[in-house]
Amino acid sequence: MSGTKQKLVVVGNGMAGIRTVEELLALSPDRHDITVFGAEPHPNYNRILLSSVLAGEKSVADIVLNSPDWYAKHGITLFTGDPVTGIDADARTLTSASGRTVPYDKLLLATGSKPLMPPVAGNDLPGVCGFRDIRDVDQMIAAAQGKGRAVVIGGGLLGLEAAWGLKRRGMSVAVVHLMPHLMERQLDTAAGQLLQRDLDRRGIAFFTNGHTEEIFGDGRVQGVRLADGRIIPADLVVMAIGIRPDIELARKIGLDANRGIVVADNMSTTDPDIFAVGECAEHRGQCFGLVAPLWDMAKVCAHHLAGGDQMTFTPPALSTRLKITGIDVFSAGALAAADEADEEILLQDNARGAYKKLVLRDGKLAGIVLYGDVSDGLWYFDLMRRGADVSEWRDRIILGESAATAKSGLSVATMADDTLVCGCNGTTKGMIVAAIQGKGLTSLEEVRAHTNASGSCGQCTGAVRQILAATIGADAEDNKIPPVCGCTDRTHEEVRHAILERALKTMPEAMLALGWRNRDDCAKCRPALNYYLLCAWPGEYQDDQRSRFINERVHANIQKDGTYSVVPRLWGGMASPQELAAIAQVAEKYKVREIKITGGQRLGLFGIQKWDLPGLWGELAAAGLVSGHAYGKALRTVKTCVGSEWCRFGTQDSTGLGVKLERLSWASWTPHKFKMGVSGCPRNCAEASIKDFGVVCVDGGYDLLVGGNGGIELRETDPLCRVSNEAEVLIYAGAYMQMYREEARYLERTAPWIDRVGIAAVRARLVEDDAARGELYRRFLVSQQAAQSDPWEERARHGMDAHEFHPLCKVG
Amino acid sequence: MTEWTLIGHVADIPRLGSRLVETAQGLIAVFRDGQDQIFALHNRCPHRGGPLSEGIVYGGRVSCPLHNWAIDLKTGQAVAPDNGCTPSVPVHVKDGAIALCLDAPQAPACGC
Ligand code: SRM
Ligand SMILES: Cc1cc2nc3c(=O)[nH]c(=O)nc-3n(C[C@H](O)[C@H](O)[C@H](O)COP(=O)(O)OP(=O)(O)OC[C@H]3O[C@@H](n4cnc5c(N)ncnc54)[C@H](O)[C@@H]3O)c2cc1C
Ligand code: SF4
Ligand code: FES
Repeated sequence: MSGTKQKLVVVGNGMAGIRTVEELLALSPDRHDITVFGAEPHPNYNRILLSSVLAGEKSVADIVLNSPDWYAKHGITLFTGDPVTGIDADARTLTSASGRTVPYDKLLLATGSKPLMPPVAGNDLPGVCGFRDIRDVDQMIAAAQGKGRAVVIGGGLLGLEAAWGLKRRGMSVAVVHLMPHLMERQLDTAAGQLLQRDLDRRGIAFFTNGHTEEIFGDGRVQGVRLADGRIIPADLVVMAIGIRPDIELARKIGLDANRGIVVADNMSTTDPDIFAVGECAEHRGQCFGLVAPLWDMAKVCAHHLAGGDQMTFTPPALSTRLKITGIDVFSAGALAAADEADEEILLQDNARGAYKKLVLRDGKLAGIVLYGDVSDGLWYFDLMRRGADVSEWRDRIILGESAATAKSGLSVATMADDTLVCGCNGTTKGMIVAAIQGKGLTSLEEVRAHTNASGSCGQCTGAVRQILAATIGADAEDNKIPPVCGCTDRTHEEVRHAILERALKTMPEAMLALGWRNRDDCAKCRPALNYYLLCAWPGEYQDDQRSRFINERVHANIQKDGTYSVVPRLWGGMASPQELAAIAQVAEKYKVREIKITGGQRLGLFGIQKWDLPGLWGELAAAGLVSGHAYGKALRTVKTCVGSEWCRFGTQDSTGLGVKLERLSWASWTPHKFKMGVSGCPRNCAEASIKDFGVVCVDGGYDLLVGGNGGIELRETDPLCRVSNEAEVLIYAGAYMQMYREEARYLERTAPWIDRVGIAAVRARLVEDDAARGELYRRFLVSQQAAQSDPWEERARHGMDAHEFHPLCKVG
Repeated sequence: MTEWTLIGHVADIPRLGSRLVETAQGLIAVFRDGQDQIFALHNRCPHRGGPLSEGIVYGGRVSCPLHNWAIDLKTGQAVAPDNGCTPSVPVHVKDGAIALCLDAPQAPACGC
């Protein structure tokens, strides 16, 4: 069989070459015997994301596109680390550096390009590198270990991403740029200056109008000298002034080549059996340095390799975006009006640091420059690509889609299936919808994992999220899910999902992997992350005390005068004489200023000095009293009434059940505080219908209630279901609490949580799905095993966190 | 003459945390940030006297545990929109040993 197959050899195991192979396998999987040669010793990876690897946001393993298994699965012979050195076009064979000679029927050149090295002295010194492949990035990361100084030559897309990555790795970084403003090919002067200002604030130094004259150093690079005499010391110099298509092989065998290898509309070179795609190809005088056109080339080339003769390549409109976390730049088309017939519309909002420019030609968009607020980038770009007539909204178009069309958000519903959503990965709306439907995806992270969409530069994250919402029918509210805080663009749900999916187990690890903009600059996300990690890895995660509010850190409530309150747990509101005696004793001994019966059916001791806490706790612990967690986002009280034990109306032992519930659930950390109540009959003396979890006992059963709140915003519980025995009450309570722990956002109480997700969603998992309920309950028990130890005793008896409770020293 | 008083070691203070020092001038909160820089402020929030030593330390600030004002660790100034300031105490760190200058004039630099 294989004898009848055509031999296809691909030179270049990179993005364009392998994409062509993928397209070809989709069209006609059995037509070819495929061999791939790659000069790099790696499988095909997403070159775009080298910037994220450099910045420490991703690892090399994260960016692999086709693992060795993939090649094996498709019967592709892969030779890595073995560059092709020569082609014999008459014999139709090629040879490689390691001495392999391989015959071909069709040959595909996809050799990409090389960094352009300026012809200055010293450009070959050790410590000088380009920014093109994994080896370059390894070299840069190694150089950054010693902190030290880096100079990046070139203030374009690549240079700035290199500069930012090195900065994040702790180097001091200077950028030398030949032109007066940065990214002059993609940005106008105003936007380029805003960009420079923002990067300057992040500590990158700039030498614009800087002409590099020499790179100097004795055996290793020591610095860069500019034409005007300025000298910039450097331990590392990164060249990022441009790329040069790699056309060496083609030249050697006389294929037509200018800057790139000349290809026809069907991607064939001047030898009809040799094709070229990617950065090494030149189509009608144009070479490309971005991936979007390369996806189209791959499609066209595969079509012809598969025997088709229809498709032709037309260069798509291009857009660019800078991949520096927290800096939003979008640009496409003309940067300025070309003549008087063109119009420019500008919007500058200095307070928000936002800048927008649109260039209009004949009532159509001809250019887009956005800085700071790029949320409408995709919409403008789609209008520009389609050549849509925008005169109707001319006066409002600069304000963005919702203002211009009086619709809110991107109209993903009306977007055509073949609209390119993710330019970096060539993913269309149709591909995303198909993956969501076919694989049952429900989160952005999953869509990323299966389609790569929005996983590279992140520009289309909003659009992908909306397509997801539109496809799985989530309500419009979900489209505007807020991020955790200003340090990240990710929502609470995405962060929690990623923690589990990617097994992120510490806070620094999570912040790094999820591209946090600040490590410890924020008091908002740290407590949330701490909780999510604690919930995800019970018993394993080491609680970060510094990300806890004072009350949770010292296990007592701080009061207006800086003293603390102590509220021991009185299980179900019950107290024995010994317990009361112990409380009275410590109150006297430590001169407690006030004892009060709290609104939660227990005794609160108020006005205690911090340094007295461990001693006082120790004495309470000796009497068997443990922390009541009156200070925590945790289980608080389980209020009960006297029930069938005493009350003439009581139907069940509500007090006993309350104690069991409290024993089951105490010491669990929750997104916000969590209260329970158990009433012995519908007269409801324990106010169960305004608790996070309430039980109202009835003849022959127990009504379970959820989502109540008696606080700022009063909310009555929703009925969950009726069960028939205590054992079931406990299982439902544990499972419900675990569902809340795993799904609510940090600082969201059960009332707003259920308002948001709907009681039906809670019932679907807890009542209608026995397996899900069992699994939640099991996870709750596992977590409780790790959680249930008394924090007071740990501090009183075992000296935990001793530094919290006494001053460092006394002087003077 | 400036007199420096040794009060302890950087390692005695948890990173992103603080410890108290009792002095004749009252309680001084000594903070350590994420980059191990040390700052010292009088332990009274300009708002209603909250103990700053108990706050969460982040991004060069401490957030007061009582009503969440943000106080700049270096200057003792409340971060806008709040207004007020806490006197800061000069700090000197050498080989990890922390010294405070307790005889510096108490008036805060900002003049509030
Ligand atoms: C001690 C106590 C008042 C009392 O003297 O009885 C109390 C005291 C405080 N409550 Fe409460 N609440 C107390 C029962 C309640 C109740 C009644 C109940 O639990 O049945 C409610 C309404 C029911 C509810 O939560 O649904 C209640 C609703 C609140 C709220 C509003 C919560 C909400 O979701 O709207 C807050 C503010 C918050 O949590 O953010 C709050 C916050 C506070 C804080 C922690 C304020 C603070 O952050 O410093 C108070 C601490 C004082 C201190 O110095 O210790 N307290 N608090 C009660 C302690 C009960 C216990 O034994 O643990
Ligand atoms: C750091 C960085 C960030 C980028 N960011 C973006 C971005 O945000 N958006 C965007 O659109 N584009 C971006 N690009 C550009 C994008 O990565 C390229 O356009 C794309 O990778 C080109 O694909 P290619 O297949 O033509 O070349 P490559 O991906 O470079 O693949 C060519 C492969 O061929 C191999 N090869 C060369 N000669 C031989 C030989 N003789 N024998 C065997 N193998 C050989 C090379 O080693 C290489 O592995 C970025 C590039 C870099 C370096
Ligand atoms: S109602 Fe609660 S929060 Fe308000 S003063 Fe009373 S105890 Fe404090
Ligand atoms: S006392 Fe510090 S914020 Fe109120």
